[in-house]
Formats: sequence, C-alpha cells, structure tokens
Amino acid sequence: MIYFDKVSKVYNGGQSTALREITFQVAPKEFVSIVGHSGAGKSTLLKMLIAEDAPTDGQVFFESLNIHSIPRGKLPKFRRRIGTVFQDFKLLPHKTAFENISFAMEANGRTDEEIAENVPQALELVDLADKAWNFPHELSGGEKQRVAIARAIVNQPDIIIADEPTGNLDPIATYEVVQILKKINDLGTTVIMTTHNKGVIDELGKRVLTMDEGRIVRDDEDGRYVL
Amino acid sequence: MWTGFKRIVRSGFVGFWRNTFVSLASIFVMTVALFVIGSTMLLGQLLEVSLDNIKNKVDINVYFVTEASDDDINSLKTSLESLSEVESVALTTREEALQQFKDRHVEDEPTIQALEELGENPLGASLAVRAGNTSQYQGISDFLDEQQTGEGAQNSVIYRVNYLDNKESIEKLTSIIDAVDSSSFIVMIVLVAVSILITFNTLRLAIYTSREEISVMRLVGASNTFIRGPFMLQGVMYGLVSGVIAILILYPIVLWLGPKTATFFQYNLFDYFVSDFVSMFAVIVGTGIALGLVSSIMAVSRYLRV
Repeated sequence: MIYFDKVSKVYNGGQSTALREITFQVAPKEFVSIVGHSGAGKSTLLKMLIAEDAPTDGQVFFESLNIHSIPRGKLPKFRRRIGTVFQDFKLLPHKTAFENISFAMEANGRTDEEIAENVPQALELVDLADKAWNFPHELSGGEKQRVAIARAIVNQPDIIIADEPTGNLDPIATYEVVQILKKINDLGTTVIMTTHNKGVIDELGKRVLTMDEGRIVRDDEDGRYVL
Repeated sequence: MWTGFKRIVRSGFVGFWRNTFVSLASIFVMTVALFVIGSTMLLGQLLEVSLDNIKNKVDINVYFVTEASDDDINSLKTSLESLSEVESVALTTREEALQQFKDRHVEDEPTIQALEELGENPLGASLAVRAGNTSQYQGISDFLDEQQTGEGAQNSVIYRVNYLDNKESIEKLTSIIDAVDSSSFIVMIVLVAVSILITFNTLRLAIYTSREEISVMRLVGASNTFIRGPFMLQGVMYGLVSGVIAILILYPIVLWLGPKTATFFQYNLFDYFVSDFVSMFAVIVGTGIALGLVSSIMAVSRYLRV
C-alpha cells in the first residue's frame, strides 16, 4: 500500500542528511511503529508521506500513486485520504472539539447530514461525547489528542499517520490514545506511528521499524523496543 | 458549491467574533487609516476651494477716461475677450461705477455732498479682466500696454491699468498657490500611502497569528479556496466596519468645523460632506473593503505555499 523506494533527504544543500536511501513497504491494515533517537529521521519520513516535504532523491508511492508527482492543486484531495495526528495536537484554537472534527469533513465536501451523523460517532469512539462544545484550551492534553484522532478518522481515511502522538501525554492518557489507535487499526485502517515510548511498543506487539542516522537499521515483525 | 460558500461565510463570521482581540486591533488600525484618508479628501477639497477663491479675487482693472465712447470700450472688451489667456471680462459702466461709489459711501455725508456739487459723473467706465491662471496676467498686461503706448496711442481711451501696482502681490500669490498646490498633493499622496501600508501590515500580522491554523487546515486536506475564503471575508468585514466607524467619527468633526470653515474660507465643509456624502462613503468604505480584501489575499497566500 505504501512503498518507499530509495528515498533520501538532504537539508541545507548537503550539509545535513535526514534520510539515506530508505526502502520499505507497508501493507494494508498493518500497524507500523517507527522508533529511533531524536534526529534519526522519523518525522522527516512521515513528512514525505503527506507531501509536506519532497525527497531529494527516490520516490514514495501511495498504492500506485507517486506522491511527489501530484500537482499542487490536487494535494488537498490526496491529503484527505490520510488522517494525521501530531505530538502537539494541531487543533484549531478558535474552534470547538465538534467544529475541529467537522472542519475536516467540511473541507472534504461532506454534506451537513453526514457531518451531523459522523462527528458524534467519532467523538463517541474517542469517548469525548460530553466535551463536544469545549474549546481546545478547555481540554486536557489527552483529550486534545483524542479530538485530533477523531478528526483524523472522521473522513474514513485509508491510513492514519501519528507523529509521536503520546509525546506530550501522561501514562494514563498515553494508554488511552494507544488503545484508540489499536481499535482504529482493528477496524481496518492502516496506522503508521512514530514514538519514543518503550512501553507503548512493547504493549502493542506489532511491527517495529528502528531508525538511526537516516537509515532503517531493524525491521521486526513482533515489536520490541531495541535501541 | 453552495454548501462550500455557506461554510466559508459562516466560518468567516465565527472567526471574526472569536478572534475578538485581533479583530478589534485590526479594525482600530484600519479606522485610523481610513480616517486619515477621509480627512485628506476633505482637506484637499477645502484647499482647492480656497485656492480657487483666492484666484478669483485676482484681476486686472482697466480704467477708461471719462470721455471714452461706448464703441471704444466695447471694441477693447471684444479684443480682450478674444485673447486665449482671458477667462472673462466684466464691464462696469460709468453709471454703475457711480452707483457703486455712492453705495460704498452712503454713510459718508461730506463725500456724497462733494460728489453732488460736482454735478457730473467724475468716474470712468472700467473693465475687470480675469485670467484663467494667475501667471497669465503678465501677457494680458503686455497686450494692454501695447494698446496704451503703441500705434494710435495718442488718442488712447485707457486712463490707467492697475496691473503694475499689483504686479508684485499677484506674482507672490501665484508662486504661493503653486507651492501649496504641489506640496499638498505630495503630502496627501504620502498620507494615503502610509495609511495603506499600515493597514496592509496590520492584516498581515493578524493573519501571521493564524499561520499555524492555516498549516493545520492544509494538513486536514482543505483546499486553498476553503482556507482563504474566511480570511477574505474577515478582511472585507474589517474594511466595512472600519469605514463606517471612520465616517461616524468624521461626521461630528465636520459638523463642528463646518461653520468655522464657512467664516474663514467662505466654504462650509459640512455642506460639502452632506452633499457629497454618497461619494465620500463609497470612497472610504470602498477603500477599506478593497484594502482588507487585497491584504488578506496576499497575506494568506504566503502560508498557502506548500
């Protein structure tokens, strides 16, 4: 479903290398965790996937689509097939939880009826139905991240990309977020997650890619956190 | 299509309300800028009218000898009128001159008595010659000189031309008018340019605070139109509200200034404000809306680049 073909990324005209000839595949419905030290290239890898940054060399395929040959005007449409979750949540501060989620649907051109039906369902899934009308600053970190996850899944994307989703959360919130991601994966959505959290990896027991200095140094089918 | 438009409008309005501080700050700055533009317009009008007034007060008077016949006077009048520099020639006949003199001295008993004792009208007819531009009086004066001293000047009917008496003040006035005209133009251009720049930068800052939001919207897959729309609407609203506020501030000021300008400049600024209200309103509010719209489009575009 996702195929990285010898992808390299160089910043500052060759001074710093973020990715070196990365090649790997992700199958549909897989749950892949990417681990590695800070600066190992995890976030850069995910940026390639949502076309926020272009590789210096190599190609990234989403099914048969070469992501970096998509014309700029068609990018929004492509991004709607991917749900994204970030360490710093990236919620819209002047919109309520409900509006943050419905915004993703509105941007996707869904009807008002669909929005009225799907947003409460998504909130239900992340167990935040009672906080629908709170603004982000009125929510805890874990709640914000759950809103972000609800927003990511509400358009039923093919894949969820989570960049250190638990990085800012306490252990309980971390547990909740990971359980939700697992549930989403069980429902049939591919999930790619980067993390620093050993506990999360060990508990998941899924495929783990270990990165170091821009390379994939390990690829384990049953996840353990080894650095 | 319609749903998208509806959503953009709603999102624009909601953003306007929820971003209270940014909205208020932008409106405040835009109000000041539009107020400056409005004041500049009013001042420009006032200046133009008073310069016109001053120009109209300048003329050359040609005094005829009392024996001058109507034919002589009329032929000079016609030849003056045929000059390209001359805008108008007004004839004051001997009788009119006498009447004006009497009117002017109606309280001055000895003068009137002296006049009656004379028995006949001592005043000659005169022509008031007005040029299109104050700098053209020299040419007219030269022409009149020719009439006085040139061929057949022996039996000239012209008694006196007052240009030379006033030459210095006319020239001074001409240079003052020119200087005021061009410097006020520069000052106005600068004021308007500064207002536009300030507005533009304020909106850019306002949208700068939303750059994170814009990047989030992009990541969620919102199209550029969908992201830009609400900001454009907000820019238009800032302009509209600021324009109306600027007009509301100008109104009492002009109302208060009106009578004062009427006595000083012989021109009531308030009457102008009222009679030209539609165009004033259109210019101020229209400038606001256009500025808001253009600034927000340009500012958002910066953050829409992938």
